[in-house]
Amino acid sequence: MSSKILAIDTVTEGCSAALLIGDEVVERFEITPRGHTQRILPMVDELLSEADLTLAELDAIAFDRGPGSFTGLRITAGVVQGLAYGAGLPVIPVSSLAALAFALYRENQNRNILAAIDARMGEVYCGYYRINDRGLPALVGEESVLLPNKIIKQQGPWAGAGSGFESYREELKECLRENLIHIDGNALPHAKDIARLALHEFEQGRVLSSEEAQPVYLRNQVVHQKS
Amino acid sequence: MDVIVLGIESSCDETGVAIYETGVGLLGHTLYSQAEMHAQYGGVVPELASRDHIRRVIPLIDQLLDRVGLSSQQIDGVAYTAGPGLMGALMVGACVGRSLAYGWGVPAVGVHHMEGHLLAPLLEGEIPEFPFIALLVSGGHTQLIRVDGVGRYQLLGESVDDAAGEAFDKTAKLLGLGYPGGPALSELAKQGNPDRFHFPRPMVDRPGLDFSFSGLKTYARNTLQQNSDDPTIGADVARAFEDAVADTLAIKCRRALRESDLRRLVVAGGVSANQRIRARLQEIAEGERGEAFFPRVEFCTDNGAMIAFAGALRLDAGESSGLAIEVSPRWPLSELPAVH
Ligand SMILES: Nc1ncnc2c1ncn2[C@@H]1O[C@H](COP(=O)(O)OP(=O)(O)O)[C@@H](O)[C@H]1O
Repeated sequence: MSSKILAIDTVTEGCSAALLIGDEVVERFEITPRGHTQRILPMVDELLSEADLTLAELDAIAFDRGPGSFTGLRITAGVVQGLAYGAGLPVIPVSSLAALAFALYRENQNRNILAAIDARMGEVYCGYYRINDRGLPALVGEESVLLPNKIIKQQGPWAGAGSGFESYREELKECLRENLIHIDGNALPHAKDIARLALHEFEQGRVLSSEEAQPVYLRNQVVHQKS
Repeated sequence: MDVIVLGIESSCDETGVAIYETGVGLLGHTLYSQAEMHAQYGGVVPELASRDHIRRVIPLIDQLLDRVGLSSQQIDGVAYTAGPGLMGALMVGACVGRSLAYGWGVPAVGVHHMEGHLLAPLLEGEIPEFPFIALLVSGGHTQLIRVDGVGRYQLLGESVDDAAGEAFDKTAKLLGLGYPGGPALSELAKQGNPDRFHFPRPMVDRPGLDFSFSGLKTYARNTLQQNSDDPTIGADVARAFEDAVADTLAIKCRRALRESDLRRLVVAGGVSANQRIRARLQEIAEGERGEAFFPRVEFCTDNGAMIAFAGALRLDAGESSGLAIEVSPRWPLSELPAVH
């Protein structure tokens, strides 16, 4: 029996849902900065009805757990919690940065990727990923939120993916210099990549229960000091 | 056919869930209040509120279903607060609620938070018949409404500045009572001397049914400053303030009953938990040879029960929300459709 996984991602300007059945992935993707809540369930519904499946017939729901926009993260987590609890399915969290790294590897064969998402307030969410021998992104060090010029240098060369490279191209180039070889600043996380990465987790039995579908914000200092 | 509806409230700093069955009543409810977490910041921090809602809501639903002994297959619909309220907080309840309904294969409906408050006195106990005058008094609203049925609301008057609950909270802050200080102020007032100060009753000598409460807070501040050497001043100010709010609300409610020629007064919203205000409003309703109706105290402030109830009425009338998840942080009550 081939695994069936639904994946959801609304954590950046992109809004996407994907249905993986065995080796096949079908995706709906739109850029709708303010329309995520309007579009996400209709996308899921279309995918399921095209595949003639009900939610309960799936094996798991994968989701982008972040980092990303706080509201976007909670739209994903909220929708996934509701769907998974309602249909009695387990969930599988996947990093937005890992999804970006994985996409760049699949498109451009880069095996060392620095993924960076614009975190506003002058900062980026970022993480270094190396593609391992099974073709999966493995985190080097930690994911973090920091000023682009504070990024710790790692032995390169690295390819850059994500909106962080669009918003802070010069700062990141300046900081990484000859360690940076290729940049895709327009890349956004996609549910189809979340689904593929989740499949691996699923096969290893690494799943969580619905209420554990929680965002990873990285930025936890959200209360500004009162004057 | 009776329907069983799960209700979810997450518009501000309370995560509430409840299950209501039409024709039967409330089957159960549970609430988690974040008030303590926000108290250290002197008010609700929206981002922290949202982060907490998303952690609590599914465990609360799960516990409640377990406690009332229902399986998820027995739920016929899901209602969630769709506004007004904090955008991020509303979004959590709406996303979970709408998706849960999809997962269960049942209809969902987005509920107006103030309609929830407004209908809470109809949830249980002695139930008022339509039409009636409703006084909605909460942290964000002070409104007099003529209610001719579910969704048939005519705004008669409202606060031109601070809501009554807001005035309670701001005055409580002046008295050093923390946040939200309404209930604490009311406790302190019990020890106060009612004859020491007389605060103004704002706007009662003007025609109409609007309110103004921001002046009372200023009056309280001045009174405190003029008596800063008196250690027991707080209780007397609290008492004078509370009496002034209670009296002002009572005068306008009586006027609304008379002008509309109605006898039933329904009072709801967080401030209706206040015992002195309840007593004053009871008095004036009886003075008009009418009756006053209040929700049970725990259903005065935000809760899931009122959302399950209002949602059940609307689902039962055939309303439901599509797959697009919509929330409205600002949403006038008058935009709601009538239920016939
Ligand atoms: N016993 C009380 N006396 C006076 N005010 C109260 C009392 N209990 C609650 N409140 C006030 O009610 C408000 C909260 O009510 P709620 O209906 O939750 O309002 P909202 O949803 O508009 O914030 C707060 O302003 C609080 O201080």
